Amino acid sequence: MEKWADNKAWFLVLPVFVVVAFSAIIPLMTVVNYSIQDIFGPGNAVFVGTEWFKQMLTDTRLHDALGRQFIFSGLVLLIEIPLGILIALAMPKKGWGASASLVTLAIPLLIPWNVIGTIWIIFTRPDIGLFGVGINSLNLLDVPFDHTARPSYAWATLMAMEVWHWTPLVALLCYAGLRAIPEAYFQAAKIDGASSWAVFHYIQLPKMRGVLTIAILLRWMDSFLIYAEPFALTGGGPGNSTTFLSIYLVKLATGQFDLGPAAAFSLIYFLIVLLFCFIFYQALLNVGKGEKTS
Amino acid sequence: MARIEFDQIAHAYYPNPKEISDYALKEINTVWEDGGAYALLGPSGCGKTTLLNVISGLLKPSRGRVLYDGIDVTALPPEKRNIAQVFQFPVLYDTMSVFDNLAFPLKNRGFNKADTSRRVHEVAEILDLTPDLNKKAAGLSADAKQKISLGRGLVRSDVAAVLFDEPLTVIDPHLKWHLRRKLKEIHEQLKLTLIYVTHDQVEALTFADQVILMYEGEIVQIGTPEELFENPRHKFVGYFIGSPGMNFLPCTLEGQNARVDGVTIALEPETAALGAEARGVLELGIRPMHLEVHGSPVDGGVPVTMKAVEDQGSFKILTATLNGHTLLARVPEEHPVPENQAWLRFPPQRTKLFADERLVR
Repeated sequence: MEKWADNKAWFLVLPVFVVVAFSAIIPLMTVVNYSIQDIFGPGNAVFVGTEWFKQMLTDTRLHDALGRQFIFSGLVLLIEIPLGILIALAMPKKGWGASASLVTLAIPLLIPWNVIGTIWIIFTRPDIGLFGVGINSLNLLDVPFDHTARPSYAWATLMAMEVWHWTPLVALLCYAGLRAIPEAYFQAAKIDGASSWAVFHYIQLPKMRGVLTIAILLRWMDSFLIYAEPFALTGGGPGNSTTFLSIYLVKLATGQFDLGPAAAFSLIYFLIVLLFCFIFYQALLNVGKGEKTS
Repeated sequence: MARIEFDQIAHAYYPNPKEISDYALKEINTVWEDGGAYALLGPSGCGKTTLLNVISGLLKPSRGRVLYDGIDVTALPPEKRNIAQVFQFPVLYDTMSVFDNLAFPLKNRGFNKADTSRRVHEVAEILDLTPDLNKKAAGLSADAKQKISLGRGLVRSDVAAVLFDEPLTVIDPHLKWHLRRKLKEIHEQLKLTLIYVTHDQVEALTFADQVILMYEGEIVQIGTPEELFENPRHKFVGYFIGSPGMNFLPCTLEGQNARVDGVTIALEPETAALGAEARGVLELGIRPMHLEVHGSPVDGGVPVTMKAVEDQGSFKILTATLNGHTLLARVPEEHPVPENQAWLRFPPQRTKLFADERLVR
């Protein structure tokens, strides 16, 4: 075989390489750089090895934030996935009702994230908010409702906002999955005398496995990385009760300017998200063949 | 098992049908006898599947009544009708094993475990699925999947009828033949009423005792495969059944004979007599295999120009023209093929006469 005179073809992949380098590799390496050095200024850095990592791994505020983060993401999945499936099942299959419900569902997804936080602040305000004024006029609560008054109020508001914002995505994905099931399956189920629960369990749920995998992964990642909405709504309070990982990270990095620990923390954060995505993906790929997962 | 009757059934997919062409099924009155093997044959879009879905109850007809053993079931959903239906593409419950798939229709109807297991094993045995019973249904090949679908259709022994909607479309040709024979065997063993939809005439003719030929929402002829072949009641039947279909020539009558562009073709006296009374456009029809091909002038032979020869292996198809009308003739493989000029003889007893597309005789 004739050998090529030169390898100029390599230049063809150069643009991609440059883009990926600037968009992913170089920023990530900067973070790595910060995580293993103590940098005081340009040309003034001390190599510290794994010190920042050790410090972050034993940081109790980080542990608390991580715990909160797991509870939050867990609740998000537990509420949004079943609710999204139910909404998708209840949506009309055709006609103007289908278009109307699709548009209605898409509205929360089109609003900028920090605007969502602002909308909910106004909605729940005890003086002018529809919800705040409404619930306080019922006199059901021992402490009047204000989303910053108590951790439980803050969490309730946050969860309601999150569910309102993102359940439509799950519902739309599930709806697409349901519409893709050939009519013959439902006809066969009728002929076989299957109950509507059996139709759900043996036809609809297994056929939605693909879209549910995507929905679970997306919701897990997004909720685990959540920043803008709690930042706008509570700023992490009251106290630290809604300080999630990303809020804590930003406080550390831009508030206290602890760039070294923050960089180490970022890498740990990144690995946790990656690890859980991998676990979910594998679980859904294998377990999904046998039973339902949501 | 039941005798299924259609009483003035008509169906339109749109509300408020006005014209006859709005109907996917025009008025149909027919009876499926208990234990018969029927094939519903017709081109795509002729209403075969619609008719099948009306029988099973997946579709409620716009008009008319469906009777099972004289009882009106028109308003009943499929699960209350006790009917089985197999679809064109395999329908499987992916998360279940093959056994559970086959047992599903029985389980839903509350059969006990022992009966269920016995029936499933019987059906699996017939369809050669026994080795796969414990496997997940999702991982099997396309034809194994379709066999499972067939099995679900056959697993209940008490059904009024088993309906097949082109079930062998996705199956390999050699397996198709095998499964068709299986179905025929099953029919003979179990004496189930089988109604089989297909657009493949070979499938219909080999499978069924009675073939129901449909065209544009109407049943044009019901009969044995032989009747459909020899005495097509409608021009469409002649054209659709047989490979290639019947030859048709526009003609006029002249005493005992038909004339096609000045060429005389003899008819049977009864045919000519009935033709003289018939109204409408007259046409001659003859099957390609009934045309006699000669290399030299014969008594009653019509001179034609040879155009092409197609060797199909066990027979040949000759294309000839008679004053611009194309005629196809089917001759045995060893039959001599005349060049350029040939003489075709139309045996009078095989030559059919049609008036306005309907058979005269």
